[in-house]
Amino acid sequence: MGLTGLQIFKLLPKTNCGECDLPTCMAFAMALAQGKTSLDMCPYVSDEAKEQLESAAAPPIKKVTVGTGEFTRAIGDETEIFRHDKRFFNETILAIEVKDTDDVDAKCENFNDLKFERIGMEFVVDAVAVVNDSGDADKFKSAVETAVNKTERCLVLMSEDVDAMAKALEVAADRKPLIYAATNDNYEKMVELAKEKGCPLAVRGNGLMDTAELVDKVVAAGHKDLVIDPGSREMSQTLADLSQIRRAALRRVRTFGYPSMAVTTKEDPMEENSEATVYMSNYAQLIVMKTDEKAALVPLVSWRLNLYTDPQKPIAVEPGLYEVGEVNPDSPVYVTTNFSLTYFIVEGEVEGSKIPSYIISVDTDGISVLTAWADNKFSGDIIAKYIKDLGLEEKVNHKKIVIPGGVAVISGKLEDESGWEVIVGPREASGIPKFAREKFGK
Amino acid sequence: MAFNIVKEKYRNKISQVTIGATKEEGGTRTSTVTIGGEEALPYLHFEGNIPNRPVTALEVWDIAPPGWNECFNQYYGDVYNDVGEWARKCVEEYGAEMICLRLKGADPDEDNRSADECEAALKKVLDSVGVPIIVLGCGKFEKDNEIFMKVAESGAGENLLMGVAEQENYKTLTAAALGYKHAIIAQSPIDINIAKQLNIMIGEMNFDTDRIVMDPTIAAVGYGIEYGYSIMQRARFGALGGDKAMAKPMIGNIGWEVWKTKEANAPVSDFPEWGEQEPRGINWEIVTATSLLCAGLNIAVLRHPSSLAVVKKTIDDLMKPNSY
Ligand code: B12
Ligand code: SF4
Repeated sequence: MGLTGLQIFKLLPKTNCGECDLPTCMAFAMALAQGKTSLDMCPYVSDEAKEQLESAAAPPIKKVTVGTGEFTRAIGDETEIFRHDKRFFNETILAIEVKDTDDVDAKCENFNDLKFERIGMEFVVDAVAVVNDSGDADKFKSAVETAVNKTERCLVLMSEDVDAMAKALEVAADRKPLIYAATNDNYEKMVELAKEKGCPLAVRGNGLMDTAELVDKVVAAGHKDLVIDPGSREMSQTLADLSQIRRAALRRVRTFGYPSMAVTTKEDPMEENSEATVYMSNYAQLIVMKTDEKAALVPLVSWRLNLYTDPQKPIAVEPGLYEVGEVNPDSPVYVTTNFSLTYFIVEGEVEGSKIPSYIISVDTDGISVLTAWADNKFSGDIIAKYIKDLGLEEKVNHKKIVIPGGVAVISGKLEDESGWEVIVGPREASGIPKFAREKFGK
Repeated sequence: MAFNIVKEKYRNKISQVTIGATKEEGGTRTSTVTIGGEEALPYLHFEGNIPNRPVTALEVWDIAPPGWNECFNQYYGDVYNDVGEWARKCVEEYGAEMICLRLKGADPDEDNRSADECEAALKKVLDSVGVPIIVLGCGKFEKDNEIFMKVAESGAGENLLMGVAEQENYKTLTAAALGYKHAIIAQSPIDINIAKQLNIMIGEMNFDTDRIVMDPTIAAVGYGIEYGYSIMQRARFGALGGDKAMAKPMIGNIGWEVWKTKEANAPVSDFPEWGEQEPRGINWEIVTATSLLCAGLNIAVLRHPSSLAVVKKTIDDLMKPNSY
């Protein structure tokens, strides 16, 4: 959301000297608005104008990076209220609390185990949030040190005690942890620390108004790698605050031009999971939560993936003939679409059947079985033609093909067009292993 | 800097639908529910009135459901064969605010039950619980059209919520609901234009469109939920902006979608890195329901008693006021 040509023109000297290689200031302004030239081509813009133009060109929400190496995570840099207007870009960081009074070693061990495979992708829970629950600076430092040694993923350091934070940063600063948090009481020193160590800083106020003032003070003190915690701890108010921050940022209220975060309060893991879902759905770019139960986190990271996918582009796999296991000419052949979700679900089940098989992934423009069928992209004649194109006849010595149960109605047409025997498989891919054992098992 | 709260002004509100009728109102329900009426985006109370809380329902079938995960046996196993008792348990023990009766037994591929049998099942549910009832057909157009009229008649006066009306099959149900004064679910295949069109077509049959609850079609988390989620957001935003044809409350069959997925059902031995099966399934329902509540869902039809308990608590929290 940059400035228009006319808005830029107002900031130029209006002398039409031509040194920018364009005949007039107006032409230069237009070219700049379209990104066809750069501001430094004009030697005469005032510093003040320069600042205005640069800040207008900056993204409405600053991008903030946490962590180092393979597990570096970027948040912020969002441009929308609704994902359907374009898309959301940088997935929410999930941080799991570990208190310095806990068995930190064991907790981190468990945390490292929080990675899941689903639909051909690996998901990891991003960060450990070490909490200075003891109130003791040395204890905090040693807990942070354990976490640093134990995990390579991101770290959030949670203490309002500046001395404790300073000590912890001695061992953790080069991992670029998020420092949590600058408050009204400690912000001067926390900003000093964050600046000195080059780490991102969370700012926590008491409610939205107070937070706005605090952020301005922190920025005035010279730090801009910020994550905003509006400080409310009630679900409904937090939802409202997160919405306000997003709206304000997109309206170029600079104070709120940073990613926002929330901290859950529910003790019961299922209630907490629901609470985290509310914040994730409402713009939280970082969530600190307590549960480290896989059964809770797998659906939550799956929702995150869905929320942050590009609505314009379903994720697709390359259409074609895939081999699962050591196939031979007797291997069964399954047919599905090239929607990546569908394909990987089917692949997982075919693999689970332990019978080496072929899978044909038909080009359906990356949409699911029933959607493709309803849109005429997964019909008998299309599949028949594709079987021919793939030269399947030369690969297997049988003429049998398994189709999804949901599209049983296409079997007649497919048989007629292809000359292959069509076997209607189960409706859900999860039925494939049993089906395969019965049909193709020895 | 003094920060100015950003408040949107909307021109329209969501229609308010009441389901169920008490004795005084000509039915036999001991409670009714009213949904809709929002004047703001979900839970932005500071911006406009959100008069009614979303409600939760548990799903019961007229036959013992083949293929439900075994984890349900401990809750429903003893009542699977008695839909009245099943419904009673859902309300009295598990706290369901509505019962969603799915007449799956009518499905020609299941028990192919007759209209009379469907009527009997509804009667049993009506007799054993006092909450408002949602009644769904079996999903096969022809068969549903055979049973809808009878079902609507036997529930006359009860102000049921009947479903589903689809673009290719809405006339019989609309006529039945119109004749016996029930509310109706209009279901569209994740397509905002069809959703709107269907509401209009139902209205053209002289059905009061303020008695429609929309089902824009959802999926489970991880199975395409983001499409339904975005349709709901678009529908709600459009409705508040003035599009009256979209200004209807929304319903989602969460349990139905979630318990089809592998993630809800697979034993932990198959996928150790996914955690224990039953809590995983419950959490799958919870995350699916909560995300859709955030997009404007008004009725969450769930399956597991624990999901219901958690979702109800979340609704309590979301309905607390927020203000500036
Ligand atoms: C998301 C979605 C969409 C998205 C598509 C996104 C995408 N990338 O596919 C959008 C919004 C674009 C869409 C559009 C439409 N959709 Co749509 N959509 C859905 C929805 C909600 C989920 C689909 C999904 O992703 N499922 C998950 C995948 C993994 O499922 P799947 O591919 O079927 O695979 C499963 C099984 O088939 C099986 N399987 C798959 N392959 C194989 C292979 C073998 C051998 C075996 C044995 C099994 C097997 O295993 C998988 C897991 O169990 C469903 C409703 C629902 N809740 O399921 C409707 C649904 C599929 N859509 C439907 C319709 C009608 C449409 C539209 C025609 C609507 C319209 N008029 O515009 C359009 C058509 C498409 C177009 N013009 O672009 C209908 C289809 C009705 C029918 N049975 O004919 C459905 C069922 C909704 C409904 N109840 O009405 N849709
Ligand atoms: S160089 Fe600067 S002042 Fe000269 S014409 Fe170009 S924009 Fe105008």
